[in-house]
Amino acid sequence: MAKLILSLEGSLIREVPLDKERIMIGRKPSNEIQIENLAVSGEHACIVTILNDSFLEDMGSTNGTLVNGNPIKKHILQNNDVIEIGKYKLKYVAEAPAAGQGNEDFEKTMILRAPPKAAAAAPSPAKPVNEPAPPSKPSMPPPTPRPVQPAARPAAPAAVTPAPASPAPAAPAAAVPAKPAEAQPLAAVQILSGPSAGKELDLVKNLTTLGKPGFQVAVITRRPQGYFITHVEGAKFPIINGKMIDAQAQPLQDHDVIELAGVKMEFFLKK
Amino acid sequence: MNDLSDFIEITTATHSGMVRSHNEDSISADAGIGLAVLADGMGGYNAGEVASGIAVAMISSELKKALVAANGELDMAAAERLVSEHAVRANNAIFQAAQNQSQYAGMGTTLVVALWHDNSLVVGHIGDSRLYRFRGNKLEQVTRDHSLLQEQIDSGLITKEQARHSQNKNLVTRAVGIDPEVEAEVHSYPVEAGDIYLLCSDGLNDMVTDEDMELTLTSLQANLPLAAAQLVQQANDNGGRDNVSVILVRVLKSFPARAGLVDRLKSWLR
Repeated sequence: MAKLILSLEGSLIREVPLDKERIMIGRKPSNEIQIENLAVSGEHACIVTILNDSFLEDMGSTNGTLVNGNPIKKHILQNNDVIEIGKYKLKYVAEAPAAGQGNEDFEKTMILRAPPKAAAAAPSPAKPVNEPAPPSKPSMPPPTPRPVQPAARPAAPAAVTPAPASPAPAAPAAAVPAKPAEAQPLAAVQILSGPSAGKELDLVKNLTTLGKPGFQVAVITRRPQGYFITHVEGAKFPIINGKMIDAQAQPLQDHDVIELAGVKMEFFLKK
Repeated sequence: MNDLSDFIEITTATHSGMVRSHNEDSISADAGIGLAVLADGMGGYNAGEVASGIAVAMISSELKKALVAANGELDMAAAERLVSEHAVRANNAIFQAAQNQSQYAGMGTTLVVALWHDNSLVVGHIGDSRLYRFRGNKLEQVTRDHSLLQEQIDSGLITKEQARHSQNKNLVTRAVGIDPEVEAEVHSYPVEAGDIYLLCSDGLNDMVTDEDMELTLTSLQANLPLAAAQLVQQANDNGGRDNVSVILVRVLKSFPARAGLVDRLKSWLR
């Protein structure tokens, strides 16, 4: 279960488990997390937790809510986010629910067929609130108490890497399409012959097509392993350093000379 | 019945990805009858493969029989009915198998069925496998996921951009074979020559942004098999955390259903 670590100027005040669907933060005593400080609004912010996601929302506070130094209205909390309310800091820690789970089942598609608070299989007896909670599937009267997530191999726990000591927990972020290709050095092709000789084309995209559509086209792809050229269309295949390639992708080396649609060009890495 | 192989071109690609040991996706495509089916199975051990396999095998063979029987004389409403009926049948078969055999308990699958008929496309889907349309160098998502995330987006709880960072990507709210009853969401759309349709499992759209998919189709539309291979490769280059399956379908020219016998007779007599 995720938790918040409340601190003031570096000294820990308390830890708050996010065990309720909705946790209010503010100056009034009605808040689950009460912070008695004039810089904090009566109802300052709230955190709604649905399964593995916690959403932070500023409730229209006077002095605002910051996450990692940036003011927010609504924000999905990521592991190690630091929420700032006045001089108080709340660090969000998404704990791995169960150990010993292989990473393999992480992100396995599962069916969600009961209200999420039950599906979470969490001990929290969270009472329903009038938040736009994800509707459960309406059409099914749950007949017998079958397992709520039949298709689930125990939940999506491995959301956090098994090595929490690691300074950069890679797993949660990995759910986002990564752009490893950006790690590649920038490359370009320079036209060597024909009317456009001397022109340079930076390969800034993951895919760059070269040639004349309908006549001969090849594509240069940027991958984590480097740059590759592949034939796309036309009867003739590209010629690399005087040798015609086949239908397979061909890795490009610095200063390779490409001949395509009657035009010579040089591939080179920009350092 | 109509043979559509001269009218549409289909290419498929599927891969278990970089993390999973086996592929629980199943795909099938038949240009002759203008049908593409894709399913992403779930459930322990091999049950996911079994569920998606049943769905794809049943729907592709049974729908083919039905289409042959209809002999091209099928209006759009009937085509839509066919798709939803066969989704229901697949649901029953998987649900029964899961009830009867303990090793299959709880198995299920997502499903997307695309049927090209009479210059139109009938799409039925359940879960978070998708169909996109690429037209005029723009990629547009046609189906809307039956997933927790989509419901959160719809209710305004989170934005599409925030959804990328969600941990709840993998929760579908509707699936085939989990419950005794399920309804496919079925719609039909007019088709234009030159359209490219993309069916995919979430292993693609979770790993590759819509922008990159669009760029790939724009760049490689001349070579459909290469485009499909490239999409799968991109998903794997970005981590390949899930099985990834792609079906690409290009509409080469328009394909009106053959006129009925009476109409043909009339036009011949005229």
